Amino acid sequence: MLGTMTPLETTTTPRKYNGTSSIYLPTVATITNAYTETAMEKVFTVRLPGGENLNHNPGQFVMVSIPGVGEAPISVMSSPSRTGETFDLCIRKAGDLTGVLHDLVPGDQIGIRGPFGRGFPLEVFKGKDILVAPGGLGMAPARSLIDEILDNRDQYGRLIVLYGARNPAEILFRDTLREWRGRDDIDLLVTVDHPDESWVGHIGVITRLFPRVQINPFNTVGITIGPPIMYRFVIIEMLGKGLNPTQIWMSFERRMKCGVGKCGHCQVNHRYSCQDGPAWTYAEALAFEEAL
Amino acid sequence: MTLYILPKEQLPVFVDKLKADFRVVGPVKTETGFAFDDIKQAEQLKLDYPTTILPPKKYFLPQREVLFNYHTSINEKGARQIDTEPVFQDVQPTIIFGVHTCDMTGISLYDKVFLEGFKDEHYLARREQILIIGIECLKPCDDASFCKDMGTLTAPPVYDLHMTEVESRYLIDTGSEKGEELLQKYGEVKLATTDDIRDLSRTLSAKWPRFRHRLKMSRDQLPSLLTINYGAITWDHLGERCLACGSCTNVCPTCFCFDVQDELDINMQDGQRTRLWDSCQLHEFALVAGGHNFRESKASRIRHRFMRKGKYIHQVHDILGCTGCGRCERACLVNITIPGTLNALHDEMQLDANPAAG
Repeated sequence: MLGTMTPLETTTTPRKYNGTSSIYLPTVATITNAYTETAMEKVFTVRLPGGENLNHNPGQFVMVSIPGVGEAPISVMSSPSRTGETFDLCIRKAGDLTGVLHDLVPGDQIGIRGPFGRGFPLEVFKGKDILVAPGGLGMAPARSLIDEILDNRDQYGRLIVLYGARNPAEILFRDTLREWRGRDDIDLLVTVDHPDESWVGHIGVITRLFPRVQINPFNTVGITIGPPIMYRFVIIEMLGKGLNPTQIWMSFERRMKCGVGKCGHCQVNHRYSCQDGPAWTYAEALAFEEAL
Repeated sequence: MTLYILPKEQLPVFVDKLKADFRVVGPVKTETGFAFDDIKQAEQLKLDYPTTILPPKKYFLPQREVLFNYHTSINEKGARQIDTEPVFQDVQPTIIFGVHTCDMTGISLYDKVFLEGFKDEHYLARREQILIIGIECLKPCDDASFCKDMGTLTAPPVYDLHMTEVESRYLIDTGSEKGEELLQKYGEVKLATTDDIRDLSRTLSAKWPRFRHRLKMSRDQLPSLLTINYGAITWDHLGERCLACGSCTNVCPTCFCFDVQDELDINMQDGQRTRLWDSCQLHEFALVAGGHNFRESKASRIRHRFMRKGKYIHQVHDILGCTGCGRCERACLVNITIPGTLNALHDEMQLDANPAAG
């Protein structure tokens, strides 16, 4: 339905409270698997005590911590449909915490708080065509959404994925992309900004892929997840496809220290991205000077 | 709820009795001014103090607070293990004496921030043990005050007891049952008579003309003033002067933003996760991995501070984020003031509306 939009939930609704005596105390979880995805990213499989289900929505994040090093927000990569006793996190080596995380191996413990925030509203997406445009590491949270749709394929319309990476070496989940290419129920286009000799696919920034797809703007939801700089350009393309601002969703990356709407770091105008986001519609973002 | 009277000479007796069962803190004279500190002798308590460098927020949100202790180890299989134990710091029965009405407004905002939505158990544990004894302000602290503009000249309903000095006695209002019990158990008080209440009214009426207005607009206009002036040139002018030192946010009774940091003992296994006061005026406050900074310029950061004080906090919590206490003005090294800034925005707007006036 055109114009359908999930109202912003108020900050007075706690989403999950893990039953510990402090909202800042992480649950001690165990890494059960770890593999290298690219030169910069590793994927970790994490198990909560007793194999408790994380119970998250695509687009939500957890606070990952290593005591003595620190804590940071990380998007959940696994879809709810593929989350049982464990869930996956795709982590880029970008700072102190993620640097140490990359040295961890199965059996090591880490701290987990969450899941936090508002993810993508699947109930709004159901029955619609889905256009997902992840850029770079945005493919990790996008996986959560795409896998969820693929596992409940009859509940959604078309699925179009436009993926942009800086260069071929940085493309995530190559095996999975190959599998998607072989399916009839997902349209995938991949582009790189800087090709190497081996690259035979599309070349250029992610916006170059948009002219190659046709959509039905009356029944499509557009979702973009990527670095902050990417949004304004992708949104122009989505608007150009006929989507209105309430049909465009994105995920806001912000510095976060608490995850529970207290510390002030992730503020976007008067909203906290850790609580009212990180998923927002472009219509919501339009009301915020600080959004884009 | 109920008005009592306490003769002035009885105050030290009241304080001494409280000290037996509570940590009593209040304004005391220091080398450079006044500060909230432990009252060791009842005579140290100065209820007619002008202002303190820091508001009593330090008792609600310590500058450095341990959230939990951790121990990391390697087990026999070579895997990293984590043990944690939550810490609730500075939880003890405490009476904060002599809180000005502006600072009580700050405390009422803290209660909303930390107790609405996710409950902050660390804050709650301390808060439940704190009793607030307010003092009615009968004259402005100094020229930096603009409490009258901000509507904080009367006490918000956050106090357990609230005292007003009326000639030779204090009239004490009870704001909670705990306050009532405190007074009955530790204070030599009598119920106020109609004469006492008449004197109180006279004292309260007489105080208002002593406070001056410094804003060219009413506080109700602040959210819209700031909305209209998001792109004002005033922010650029402030950004050129601001040193981004964070003094203003440190001394602010409504600033609550914090950083979380891990401290590691020298054995490299044990440590504490701590939270520390942070400042949105510092460069890395909105910096994310990958190097993008959502508030790169000083102008954007100082604008954010004003937006929070006059608009955002009001949108979320329905009270303004400025109490008019004037502490940021006293602390600022380059003389940036809240009234000066808001008035500059007001003037800039007049100029936009009527260019000929410029």
